[in-house]
Amino acid sequence: MPAAPCPMDPGQMEVALQQLATDLMAQVGPEEELVLLGIRSRGLPLAERLASLLRARTGSAVPVGSLDITLYRDDLTEMVGSPIVRPTEIPFTLKERTVVLVDDVLYTGRTVRAALDALLDHGRPRRVMLLVLADRGGREFPIQADLACLRVEVPPGHRVAVRVKEIDGEDGVTVEAC
Amino acid sequence: MTSERYVFPHKHLLGIEPLSPRDITALLDQAQAFEEVCERPSIKIVPALRKKLVVNLFFENSTRTRNSFEIAEKRLSAEIINFDADTSSLNKGETLIDTAMNLEAMHPDLIVMRHSAPGAHTLLSRHMKASIVNAGDGAHEHPTQALLDAYTLRKRFGRLEGLKVAIVGDIRNSRVVRSNLWLLTRMGVRVTLVGPPTLVPQEMKATWPSIEICHDFDAIIPGQDAIMMLRAQFERGTGAYIPGQGEYSRFFQLNPARMQRAKKDVAVLHPGPINRGLEITSDVADGPNNLILDQVTNGVPVRMAVLYLLSHPHGEQVP
Repeated sequence: MPAAPCPMDPGQMEVALQQLATDLMAQVGPEEELVLLGIRSRGLPLAERLASLLRARTGSAVPVGSLDITLYRDDLTEMVGSPIVRPTEIPFTLKERTVVLVDDVLYTGRTVRAALDALLDHGRPRRVMLLVLADRGGREFPIQADLACLRVEVPPGHRVAVRVKEIDGEDGVTVEAC
Repeated sequence: MTSERYVFPHKHLLGIEPLSPRDITALLDQAQAFEEVCERPSIKIVPALRKKLVVNLFFENSTRTRNSFEIAEKRLSAEIINFDADTSSLNKGETLIDTAMNLEAMHPDLIVMRHSAPGAHTLLSRHMKASIVNAGDGAHEHPTQALLDAYTLRKRFGRLEGLKVAIVGDIRNSRVVRSNLWLLTRMGVRVTLVGPPTLVPQEMKATWPSIEICHDFDAIIPGQDAIMMLRAQFERGTGAYIPGQGEYSRFFQLNPARMQRAKKDVAVLHPGPINRGLEITSDVADGPNNLILDQVTNGVPVRMAVLYLLSHPHGEQVP
């Protein structure tokens, strides 16, 4: 996959999603039944956009669900004040499906670990893939992305800020000081 | 939905009275997230209260509330101790505070308590580090029942504000009513209390000025979006306030004739247990308008939401 630029403007983000859709189709066999699970918050609109890109190309609808990982966080017990849980919506079976977890940024891997626990409580998929817009390194768990259109080393004290128009009013990726 | 940064500000759930509309909305929104857990086809358990110890302390009989709490606790992966008042040292003369201090020595995180004395929970909360959840205290409050009633209404109508709800029957002896009045009036519901003058204390209007009080059930039925029937609590002395069960049923029973006068899509609620043939007839209790079993089902996610929001204490909490 050609490396995507960073920062990204809305046009470049559209190109990046197109590329992710292309790469995803190349990795999934014709016999596999694909479903997308967007990790809340920003993974969900990204999953919905990928689903419509896939539908435009193949003509068949790909189911999209949402996953809230709050209750599966490994630091939940230590937290001060209960974080608000938003609904998980998976109105289809995961059994024997190829599940693509979609998130905006891959960093420590802890969110993905929690997401794997959460989704396994909903059923046993055939396989699970991880698709992210940006992989910023800094892993604390042995977890890697199958698909990422942006791989960027970010200095400590900074974050990769992905904005999506559904939540933030505009698309874009920037690296910002925390 | 509530914003991500909102933190539930209370350490205990002693009643609905201390809650703001925002707190109530947060609890109902959280319950919606937990309903998904309860409706899953496979594993209906989340690890949210792992390593937390919950004590169920019931000094008064309860079947559905206690079971509902216990299911909620199990679905949150909590450790559970059921403290049965009948077999405890209470029979040997131990005071509530002594019982509490003994429990405190076991370091529970949450205590779900039902007690016949109004305010027992407030007393306990001053002596313990654990968060206290009121599962009913005398005729004072029963906050999780009011929350599940509101959740059921919000799910059915998509909103609470502007709904017209009649609460009918033994208002005087009901803790469910008091919690419901705090909650419903605070969320903009127009409440009418209905019952014989002996069972509907006029002074309730002083505490909740927006409510109506009416003794003519038939007159107010047509305008209501929901009718919440209360159990005639003869074990709490309802019988002393009314001439007889027959007369009570004649004026205040929800039956098919009265349902004819109601909106076609009126919601019928009842906190249970039902006295079939007394405050409600079987054909209405089991009829298409009834949400009585939905209330029972919704009790579990609502109680999960309460336990979850109280389970992560923070610095600046209010009772």
